[in-house]
Amino acid sequence: MPQVTLSVNGKSHTVEIEGRTLLVELLREKLRLTGTHVGCDTSQCGACVVHIDGESVKACTTLAAMCEGASVTTIEGLARPDGTLHPMQEAFREYHALQCGFCTPGMVMSAVDLVQKHPEGLSEAEIREGLEGNLCRCTGYHNIVKAIAAAQDVMHGRRETIAAAAQ
Amino acid sequence: MNAVLPFEGIGASVKRKEDLRFLSGRGQYVDDINRPGQAHAWILRSQYAHARINSIDTTAASKMPGVVAIYTSADMTGIGGIPCGWQIHNKDGTPMAEPKHPVLAEGKVRHVGDPIAVVIAETRSQARDAGEAIVLDVEPLPAVTGTTAALAGAAPCVHDDVAGNLCYDWHIGDKAATDAAFAKAAHHVVFETTNNRLVPNAMEPRSAVGDYDTTTGEHTLFTTSQNPHVIRLLMGAFVLQIPESKLRVVAPDVGGGFGSKIYHYAEEAIVTWAAAKLGRPVKWTADRTEAFMSDAHGRDHVSRAELALDKDGTFLGLRVHTQANMGAYLSTFAPCVPTYLYATLLAGVYSTPAIYAEVQAVFTHTVPVDAYRGAGRPEATYLLERLVDVAARQCGFDKVELRRRNFIATSAFPYQTPVALEYDSGDYVSTLNQALETADWAGFEARRAESASRGKLRGIGISTYLEACGIAPSAVVGSLGARAGLYEVGTIRVHPTGSITVLTGAHSHGQGHETTFAQLVCDKLGVPVAQVDIVHGDTGKVPFGMGTYGSRSLAVGGSAMDKAMDKIIAKGKRIAAHLMEASVEDIEFDPRGEKGGTFRVAGTDRTKALAEISLAAYVPHNFPHDELEPGLEETAFYDPKNFTYPGGCHIAEVEIERETGQVHLLNFTAVDDVGRVVNPMIVEGQVQGGVAQGVGQALLENCVYDSSGQLISASMMDYAMPRADDLAPVSVATHTTLCTHNPLGVKGCGEVGAIGSPPAVINAVVDALREFGVNHVEMPATAPKIWSIIHGSTH
Repeated sequence: MPQVTLSVNGKSHTVEIEGRTLLVELLREKLRLTGTHVGCDTSQCGACVVHIDGESVKACTTLAAMCEGASVTTIEGLARPDGTLHPMQEAFREYHALQCGFCTPGMVMSAVDLVQKHPEGLSEAEIREGLEGNLCRCTGYHNIVKAIAAAQDVMHGRRETIAAAAQ
Repeated sequence: MNAVLPFEGIGASVKRKEDLRFLSGRGQYVDDINRPGQAHAWILRSQYAHARINSIDTTAASKMPGVVAIYTSADMTGIGGIPCGWQIHNKDGTPMAEPKHPVLAEGKVRHVGDPIAVVIAETRSQARDAGEAIVLDVEPLPAVTGTTAALAGAAPCVHDDVAGNLCYDWHIGDKAATDAAFAKAAHHVVFETTNNRLVPNAMEPRSAVGDYDTTTGEHTLFTTSQNPHVIRLLMGAFVLQIPESKLRVVAPDVGGGFGSKIYHYAEEAIVTWAAAKLGRPVKWTADRTEAFMSDAHGRDHVSRAELALDKDGTFLGLRVHTQANMGAYLSTFAPCVPTYLYATLLAGVYSTPAIYAEVQAVFTHTVPVDAYRGAGRPEATYLLERLVDVAARQCGFDKVELRRRNFIATSAFPYQTPVALEYDSGDYVSTLNQALETADWAGFEARRAESASRGKLRGIGISTYLEACGIAPSAVVGSLGARAGLYEVGTIRVHPTGSITVLTGAHSHGQGHETTFAQLVCDKLGVPVAQVDIVHGDTGKVPFGMGTYGSRSLAVGGSAMDKAMDKIIAKGKRIAAHLMEASVEDIEFDPRGEKGGTFRVAGTDRTKALAEISLAAYVPHNFPHDELEPGLEETAFYDPKNFTYPGGCHIAEVEIERETGQVHLLNFTAVDDVGRVVNPMIVEGQVQGGVAQGVGQALLENCVYDSSGQLISASMMDYAMPRADDLAPVSVATHTTLCTHNPLGVKGCGEVGAIGSPPAVINAVVDALREFGVNHVEMPATAPKIWSIIHGSTH
């Protein structure tokens, strides 16, 4: 059986896979990192978004074999090791940007990448457009958009904390 | 010393306790559960809408790598059909047609997605590979999917024993009085519409894991359910004949439901049965296309409504005829949706004196239809609120003033409608006025002119709605055909040192119960939210429960908790009286006392904290043993006295591009009366989410079958789910009148958004298109449809 060696959340793993094994299957079934979800199988919903070498990618349509040598970050690896939440996670909590929580990991991982790619800052319309690859059935997106707007201020150093951004 | 308490009780926007695990990837959804030795199930489903199964050859498939077993209905002997939980009676008093709903197809398949066989293998991929090697000999038969078409004489029969595909022919109201109202009417308005079929599409696909302990004979089912006790009852008693004591059903974190996870589904029975048969755990998880063709769908009504008005615009009578699509089989609560959750709502917020409604439910070769967020009430609201707009336009009345003229007066409560319900409270004028002001209704014409100057068509639409939730008084629903009671159960367990565990039969799958329910306890017992934990979703832990749907969790489940807390306080007072050597009548309890929840001898400074009382209850050295048992835990069953009646006003503003027909939602205003608000942040989120689904129905979503019965919209590439840039900011406000018959004064907020919003959006679209003379646009108001209206009239 072929193997793939990759780093996930800073830890190196060598895993036996089938040629058809998807990255999300490797994460969920081999490494038991079940924070990354599968919502649609057709790359529409974005519940499976992780970062590969810093870029957001849909893990349900990425073959595990393509990730040889890659550095993967999942939702479990986003907070600091001491448990301090990433500003995006904190903003989602502050703004009630999640309800059932199923789309949340992918939504947060997409939002982090979206904000990182736009140091100049995103307008509300640009955030909405930037979430094109992520579906949420619970929130109506209203609070997700607000959370991302607040988090970008903290991530780009324009505000100290999410609480300050919320003021 | 408890300065923080007032901010965590009823009315505080406490941040959610459940968020940390969801945000850090540590939620535990069913598909995250893996049992030792687990095998995987894959289900072979029908590709045909209607076919006779001649043979199922599993010989080759059985020899595929990793295959453990393949089962068809021939193997599942002694298994009951999937039961229906509600029986409707026809006009003539006879019961509805209730054909068998087999777990796996028996001889025939009746919709695309109907399960035929289950393959169990070591891995999911191996199960799927083997499933594709099953040789199926089927004879396709003619199919019918359309609601009206299925009632036509020549339509193919879905069930041989159901003539004309008619499930029931039901009615409500006073036909003679309604006919008389029309006879004297100055205006007679007719409106016909189809309420589009929707697919709920909770983001988490359904999943089920069956486990069996061969030494004890205990079955465990982990399932994506909104009501694990109901599943235990339906599956245990009717399908698999397993006594409750040997069947544990666990619904852990569940990724959204919106109704679709209320029902007992075949896959739950399959994995439970197979796990016992094989002596090893069996897991099944749907992929999204399976969800499209096996989760119960929503809506799908064809209706004709007529309104009689006098010359001044006062409503005299309403007559409705509706055909409702049940799909191929009766899902758990399907029959009650187009009847007692629909026709009883046709009075809306208006004092229409005479109403008569007839409903025919029909079988078709489609996925079963059942309650989806709002369930019957969105269909009633849409019909009525569009009809009122059509009437205003046809008869020359102002659409706001016509509504206002016919409102049930705030002084008229309790108000008995002509269609069975008795509304307890409401204030429709205030919610209307507040919404008109928030949406700047008065300034609209200037905004329309501004849009016109940019070549755009702008429209504004209003909906003044009411719904009935907090489901429901058991005796009432029992008399209407429910085969269950609809009370709720709550246990308050005060631990020795004063922290609290709440066991509730309600189930949270996004609603934030772990926070809201903790706030109820904080408010009533004076214990900080952080020291209150909510346990739900496990029949092995929670005494009993009917689950979460119909916006009932707070109104019914919260009221059960409130009753149990009354018992805690009553017992606590007796313990406090003993400890402080006072008469029990002299003991007061104050949740915001100097010791938090504090028992005091009235008029003195002698006090005991709740934690001191609970310690005395569990370490009963000094305890009134003659009159009380040790411990401090109470359970209450709460059976509601009536439905609750949230209502309000929704206003949508849209802009349409002439070149493309694209409708842009510009803003949306919701002013809702949901009764007392426990957590405003969560209520706002619930309304926003509901509005998003309503806007989805109005502008985007549509479940489509082709003429052969093939499901065309079976993936998220083909079914338009609302995305962030399809929606606009939603302004949410509440205007409270208290529910008069439950102890919390709460009404429910989960469904109002999906109920009130679709007619507001379509009324706005029609308003934007007024120059083209259109009277109506069917949902969803997609760009091609609008483009044809704009360009069809000029070309």
